[in-house]
Amino acid sequence: MGGTFPRGEAAIAGLATYGIGEAPGFTSLELAAKAGLLAVADAGLRLDDIDGLFVCLPDDFLSGLSFAEYLGLNPRFTDNNRTGGSAFMSHMITAALALEAGYIDTALIAYGSNQRTNGGKLRTMIASNSWDAPYRPLFPMSSYALAAARHMHDYGTTRADLAAVAVAARAWANTNPEAFARGPLTIEDCLSARLVSSPLSTRDCCLVTDGAAAIVMTRTERARDLPRAAVPLLGAAAATWWNAIAQAPDVTVTAAAESGPRAYAAAGVGPADIDVVQLYDAFTINTILFLEDLGFCPKGEGGRFVADGHIGPGGSLPVNTNGGGLSCCHPGMYGLFAIVEAARQIRGEAANQLADVEVALAHGNGGTLSSQATVILGSLATL
Amino acid sequence: MMTPETTAAGGPEAIWRHALSQGRILLQRARASGAVIFPPRLAEPGRGDADLDWFEACGLGTVYSLTWVAQKPPTPPYNVALVDLDEGARLMSRVDGVTPDTLRIGQRVRARIIDADGAPLLVFVPLET
Repeated sequence: MGGTFPRGEAAIAGLATYGIGEAPGFTSLELAAKAGLLAVADAGLRLDDIDGLFVCLPDDFLSGLSFAEYLGLNPRFTDNNRTGGSAFMSHMITAALALEAGYIDTALIAYGSNQRTNGGKLRTMIASNSWDAPYRPLFPMSSYALAAARHMHDYGTTRADLAAVAVAARAWANTNPEAFARGPLTIEDCLSARLVSSPLSTRDCCLVTDGAAAIVMTRTERARDLPRAAVPLLGAAAATWWNAIAQAPDVTVTAAAESGPRAYAAAGVGPADIDVVQLYDAFTINTILFLEDLGFCPKGEGGRFVADGHIGPGGSLPVNTNGGGLSCCHPGMYGLFAIVEAARQIRGEAANQLADVEVALAHGNGGTLSSQATVILGSLATL
Repeated sequence: MMTPETTAAGGPEAIWRHALSQGRILLQRARASGAVIFPPRLAEPGRGDADLDWFEACGLGTVYSLTWVAQKPPTPPYNVALVDLDEGARLMSRVDGVTPDTLRIGQRVRARIIDADGAPLLVFVPLET
């Protein structure tokens, strides 16, 4: 009978970000550890309360072990799951199941990267497979470009539609002091930007920043007694359909079309119930694909949906209210930052706080549109 | 045709690469379902059926998607394409002898095996119509 999920049994009790933008002189492990300490303090807990650890650093294959050693943790359970930038949504799923089962009592999920001040390029241990590598696709950008090109061919999506995603993200970032990229950005700026892997230009790419984030999860009944407003995890699901983009049956449909409906079913909500959406926007095409696959607009209509102004400030569906990976931060893996922004909106403390946020969706993406994972957070009133 | 299994030692990938070095583009077909499989595997994806036949692709295909990767000027951009072979498999490759102005999704292409730094490489050229 697979697929059941303990709706609302586990909650985010604490959260933090640290070093977003540039954190010169810090290692990735130091940044992640600092965010972890801040999140534990935010939850009103002590370090020795942590008995479940979920870590996935960009430059350390066994980072779960390094992180435990660094903070002096002795977790009952250490999860080093690496499904790319979506790993943190999967960490939340595992943590929620272990919490509900009573196997652990307090989970810490942490991430950090110094990729901007330590080289200025995406830090990743991943590369194209042996079938693709001889053709020199940019990893991972060309895979997203191949999806964008086909979406344009099939549905008439334009580069101006892609640009509308970047412009909306910048508009949110401009009123978020934590966002790294602020300032005016127009559709014309995007259209005149240098093509890197057509049809994607420099303006279609996420930032390369430093930054760290962490959340603490515990059982909701316990989180109710902690200092900060508990943010229950209503539903969550992950799905994997391929790794290399050449193996996608249809590059315009991602496994978000599976993870989304399964997460909605677990949470007992649908797209119309979501007050704010955080999508993993490594590239502008991501936002369009995930809006479609998660049911916010029909397949093929994502380009027109964003061009009509729905996702920016004042729009009908606020998306990436922190500025997203395109304009707030993208330290190599963005998933945990999407989760933190969703939780902040429910706690009522986001930089661009929206009114009456009861249900928020955060969606993670890993690899080359490969791993997809969706989490739906709510307020205590939604239980 | 020669049975590839007897001409190369190792797993399906080694068999495929050995055949390519001899100028042949191999695909697999699951005997029961008829599904065409690439990259070569030990068993049919999703079903686990290990009863697979090797066969030689005709070499014709259609561009499913494409991207041009910029290089530092004056070096021109190069393309990376997803090509659907007529038999039903999709692979990443490139199309030679084209420009950003001439290559389109839907272009019919023909396979060519070239030497790339001492190793055989499968690329495509436009199919003359």
